[in-house]
Amino acid sequence: MTNTFIRGAALLAASALTSALTPAHAADPVKIGFITTLSTPAGYIGEDLRDGFMLAVKQGSGKLGGVAVELVVEDDGLKPANAKQAVDRMVQSGIRLYTGVNFSNVLAAVVPSVTAAGYTYISSNPGPSIFAGEKCDPNYFVASYQNDAFHTAGGLAANELGFKRVVALAPNYQAGRDAIAGFKRTFKGELLAEIYTKLDQSDFSVELARIRSLAPDAIYQFHPGGAGINFAKQYSNAGLGKTIPMVMPGFSMDARMLAATGTASEGFYTTGIWSVGMDSPASKKFVQDFSAAYGRLPTDYAMQAYDTAQWMASGLRAVNGDLSKADAFRTALRKADFQSLRGKFALNTNQHPIQDLYLMRIEKNARGELAPKVVKRVVADDRDSYASACKMPS
Amino acid sequence: MTLLLEQALNGLQFGALLFVLASGLTLIFGIMGVVNLTHGSFYMVGAYCAAYALGTTGSFAIAAVAALLGAGAYGLVIELAVIRRLYQRDHLYQVLATFGLILFTNEAVTLIFGRRPPTVETPSILAGSVSLGGSLHYPVMRLAFIAVGALVALGLWWMVNRTRMGMLVRAGADDRDMVSALGVNIRRLYTGVFGLGALLCGLAGVMAAPLLAVEIGMGERVLITTFVVIVIGGVGSVRGALAGALLVGMVDSLGRAFLPQLLEGRLTPSLATPLAAGIASASIYLLMALVLIFRPLGLFPARH
Repeated sequence: MTNTFIRGAALLAASALTSALTPAHAADPVKIGFITTLSTPAGYIGEDLRDGFMLAVKQGSGKLGGVAVELVVEDDGLKPANAKQAVDRMVQSGIRLYTGVNFSNVLAAVVPSVTAAGYTYISSNPGPSIFAGEKCDPNYFVASYQNDAFHTAGGLAANELGFKRVVALAPNYQAGRDAIAGFKRTFKGELLAEIYTKLDQSDFSVELARIRSLAPDAIYQFHPGGAGINFAKQYSNAGLGKTIPMVMPGFSMDARMLAATGTASEGFYTTGIWSVGMDSPASKKFVQDFSAAYGRLPTDYAMQAYDTAQWMASGLRAVNGDLSKADAFRTALRKADFQSLRGKFALNTNQHPIQDLYLMRIEKNARGELAPKVVKRVVADDRDSYASACKMPS
Repeated sequence: MTLLLEQALNGLQFGALLFVLASGLTLIFGIMGVVNLTHGSFYMVGAYCAAYALGTTGSFAIAAVAALLGAGAYGLVIELAVIRRLYQRDHLYQVLATFGLILFTNEAVTLIFGRRPPTVETPSILAGSVSLGGSLHYPVMRLAFIAVGALVALGLWWMVNRTRMGMLVRAGADDRDMVSALGVNIRRLYTGVFGLGALLCGLAGVMAAPLLAVEIGMGERVLITTFVVIVIGGVGSVRGALAGALLVGMVDSLGRAFLPQLLEGRLTPSLATPLAAGIASASIYLLMALVLIFRPLGLFPARH
C-alpha cells in the first residue's frame, strides 16, 4: 500500500519534471495579451482592432508566422486602472507579447508594466508623444502612427488646398489641444480662431454660428466618436457643409462614424495613412476578406491591427515561437519585414513608423456608398518630431 | 446683432430640449421622491426606437410614435419591476438601483441594436434653413425644437392646472401622505407620472436623433445637465423646470459664444483661450451655485 503510494508519487514528480524541462511543445500556442476597449460607446474601436487581428490569425489557421497563437482578450472599459490590473495579471501569468490598447491614456498605464518585465508591446493604435521621445523603449513598437501625424498632415493638406484663413476646433482636453498644436505646426495661413469645445458637448450650434460669422476658407476640426458624428450632422444641417470645407484627421470620421452621419459628410476632407479604397492588391484582398468575415467594412483600426499581427508573425517566425529569445525577437521586429496594407512601412530609430500620409476626400464610390478617396499624398516618408530625443539602447 | 440674435436662438433651442427632459424628471423627483438616474436611458431608448422605426419604415411620423411608445413602455416596465419597490427606501438605494439600470439598459441596447450608431436623416420637411429677416438664416430643425418645447410647456401647464390628474400631481407634490389618506390610488398616480416622464424623454430622443449621434451613453451626457436644471428651477415644479431650462440653455450658449471674444480683448491669447473654455465649461455650475446661495430651494420650489 505505502509502496504503491510512493511509487505513484515518484512517477508524478518525474512526469512533472520532464514536462518542465522539455521546451514548450510545438502544440502549445504562444499567448498574446490583447487589452482593448470593448464596452462603452468606444467599444466598436476595440471590436475592430480585435477582429482585424483575428482575421490574420484565422487566415493562418490559428498560426502567425507558422507558430500557433492564442489571443487572451481583456476589456479595459476605457479605464486605465482596469487595463493596468489586467496587464499586471497577464505579466505574472507569463504572457510575453502584447497589443490591442486603443486610447493613449490607457496605453500610458499598460506599456510600463510590459516593458519593465522585459516583454514586448506593439501598439496597434495610439502613438502618444511620451513614448516616442526620451522614454522610448527597445521593447515598445508602434505599428500605427505617432499621434501628431494626422494633425501635421492636416496643416499640410490645408496648405495644399489653398486655404488661407482657417478656424480650428477641438475638445478642451490634452488630445484636443495637441490636435490644434499639431495643425498649427505646419499650417502656413492665418488661424482666425481656436475654438475649444466642452469634452461632453453634444450641441454645437453656438460654435457653428461663430464659424459662420468668421467666414473662414475652411475649418480644421477634431472630435472623436459621438461628438464627431454630432458635429458633422449639425455642420451639414446648418448649411455650412456646402459653403465652408472641413478638414479633419481620419479618426475623426472613421467608417462607422461615416455610416452614422448619413450623407452629411460628403465632400469633407480627411487625412490618414490608409483608406478602405486604397488601390493595392493586398489592401483590396484585406477589405474583401474582412467584409466577408464580419459583414461590415474595416476601419483604419482593423487595418492597423491586421498589420500588427503580420508584424508579430515576422518576429515569431524568426524565433520559431520561443519568446524567451528576447534579443533575437527584437532584432527580427526591427527589420519590420512584413507587407503592410498601407504600402510603404519602415521603422524610425524610436521604433515608430516612417510612412506616407494622404489627403482624402469623402465621396461616393462605385457602389454609391460614401468612403474616403485618396486625393493625393501630402507627405512622403513622414517621421515624427520626437525621434531625435530618443536615445534607443540596443 | 444678427449673431447675438442667432446665439440667443441657439440658447432657446437648447433650453427647449432640456425642458422636455427636465419636466419629467422634476415631476418624478418632486412628487414620487425618487432619484431616477435612468431618466437619460429613456431618452436613449426613445432615440434608438426612432432610428429603428425610421430605418425600417422610412417615415418620420412613425419614428416619432415609436420613440414615444418605446420610451413610455420601457418607463412603465421599469416602474413596475424596480422603482415601485424603492419608494419607501432611502435615496441611496434608489441611486444604486437606477445606476444599475443605466448599465443594464446600455448593455441591452447594445445587444439589441448593435454598437454601430444608426443613421437618422433629417426629415425633408425639417431640412435646410429659413430666413428670419436680414442675414439671419436658421435651421428649420432647430426652430422645430423650440416649437415642440413650447407645446410641451403649454400641454403640461394645462395638465397640471386644469385636469384631475394635474390636481393630484400638485397635491402629491405638496403632501403625499394626505393625498393617499384621502383615498387616492397613489400607486397608479405614480405609475402614470413615471410613464409620462419616460414618454417625454422619448419625445426628446426623437427630436435629438437627426442632429445628435444616436449612441450608447448619449443619455448619461445629458442627465447631469438635466439635474442642474431641476435644481436651479426647484425640485417638483414644472414652472421651475421651464425657467431653469431656459436659464441653463442661455447661459451655456451665450457663455460659449461670447466669453472667448470678451476675454481675448483683455488678456493675452495664450491665457484667454483656455480660461474662456474653462469658464464656459463651468458656467452652468457657477449659475447653479449662485442660485442656491440666494434661493436654496431653487427659483420656483414646489411648496412643502
